[in-house]
Amino acid sequence: MNAVANYNFAYLDEQTKRMIRRAILKAVAIPGYQVPFSSREMPMPYGWGTGGVQVTASIIGPDDVLKVIDQGADDTTNAVSIRAFFAKVAQVQTTTHTAEATIIQTRHRIPERKLEAGQILVYQVPIPEPLRFLEPRETETRKMHALEEYGLMHVKLYEDIARHGRIATTYAYPVKVEGRYVMDPSPTPKFDNPKMHRSEALQLFGAGREHRIYAVPPHTDVVSLDFEDHPFEIQHFEHPCALCGAEQVYLDEVILDDRGGHMYVCSDTDHCEERREAGHVGVLGMQEAAE
Amino acid sequence: MSDEPLLRVKNLTKYYGSRLGCADVNFELYPGEVLAIVGESGSGKTTLLNTLSANLEPTSGEALYRMRDESWRNIYELSEAERRFLTRTDWGFVHQNPADGLRMTVSAGANVGERLMAVGDRHYGKIRDTALDWLGRVEIAADRIDDQPRSFSGGMRQRLQIARNLVTGPRLVFMDEPTGGLDVSVQARLLDLLRQLVGELGLSAIVVTHDLAVARLLSHRMMVMKDGHVIEAGLTDRVLDDPREPYTQLLVSSILQV
Repeated sequence: MNAVANYNFAYLDEQTKRMIRRAILKAVAIPGYQVPFSSREMPMPYGWGTGGVQVTASIIGPDDVLKVIDQGADDTTNAVSIRAFFAKVAQVQTTTHTAEATIIQTRHRIPERKLEAGQILVYQVPIPEPLRFLEPRETETRKMHALEEYGLMHVKLYEDIARHGRIATTYAYPVKVEGRYVMDPSPTPKFDNPKMHRSEALQLFGAGREHRIYAVPPHTDVVSLDFEDHPFEIQHFEHPCALCGAEQVYLDEVILDDRGGHMYVCSDTDHCEERREAGHVGVLGMQEAAE
Repeated sequence: MSDEPLLRVKNLTKYYGSRLGCADVNFELYPGEVLAIVGESGSGKTTLLNTLSANLEPTSGEALYRMRDESWRNIYELSEAERRFLTRTDWGFVHQNPADGLRMTVSAGANVGERLMAVGDRHYGKIRDTALDWLGRVEIAADRIDDQPRSFSGGMRQRLQIARNLVTGPRLVFMDEPTGGLDVSVQARLLDLLRQLVGELGLSAIVVTHDLAVARLLSHRMMVMKDGHVIEAGLTDRVLDDPREPYTQLLVSSILQV
């Protein structure tokens, strides 16, 4: 027997997983509703995705293939450590390819490749309550959800337009799920909001510190809030990805030197790599090949 | 003023445990009428106001309100959703301290627009135009629309709070010492404004005050409270000029004459 055998499959004990699965089922049954659950201490600090890890641990099976991304990237600390965690405690197969994964745990991005039926996207959520910064009382925000009093959410958008001339919220952009609950899509850029609408994949949200789970089942309406005269818009980028030349994708700015040099590259590293393997080249990608 | 009252209060009683808040209050309020509730502190004025505005549950008694569809409903038997909808559309509540009634961290325009957005207004331009109109009516300069109320003076905050409450065209407004924390000249200006707005809009109002001058200026009728009971009620001028109860006589004669 090796040391790994000391852990139950996927770290959590079976009763805990059962409790979390019950919360997930309830969340799926009431799209966008925040279901309280008894969040456990995980072997990582809050803010590193303890909620997402608990959700993943409860739904993962030996046959699953796991992909973990952090800001779209497979190779950042958070993604690497969570992937290693599940490889160790659940001995599951891991991947960086979106198409191969059955479970994708994400921090702040939805992969560029369209998700398919059967895939599950697990979000790590820091603050599940979209009304938190407008109404700090939890008793009051719960009541507002219960009575569908969402005027306050528009006060925030009004403030944006009054101050900046447009809706300046770029991430954690509030959405209405299936015409009922207003939901915080976790701090994903609003670029990804349209991907949530009627997605074929199941989307689960886990907030460990806040003890909340919520969900968007497949084929569910997810509509971003806006004003009639200031409709919802996603970010637009002037240049294509510098490495793979992709357009209509979400780009990260990368600083190249201390003289103001910078480039924009795909935030979704897997998407970028696959495109480059398929022969697509961006402006800086060509130089790279030439050097 | 119409012939049918807007609010009928019957035997309204509020106990805090075994301690009396207010007892056996009966009155009717007609559309366009302003009723002042006066009395010393601790006499149950604010308890009565909070009970009438459905912030507190009464121990016994009822308050029947004529809804916009002309049906009579006991406000304590409304569902929570109905009651909250009523309080943010057909009612207003002006707090003594404007910070209690305003959102201090959002702009003046959003403060006025909040009620509009709460009832489903989704056109930014229209909300802003309405907010500008209301700021003008309460004499706040249009260029302050994007400033937060924390940068406003006490008088401006109170006027903003009034605009925020009146924007949905309520029929009944509750006011708790609306001029309480303001200096005398600002008080006079605010009273002028309130009187004008109440007259223009045909509002009914219930005003709690310990300041008899406020009652004299604003209200048509008044009730005098002492130890949780209404001891005298009548037309404001009648009560102030010809008080019957010894306590009211004492109250009226204790006003400083300058």
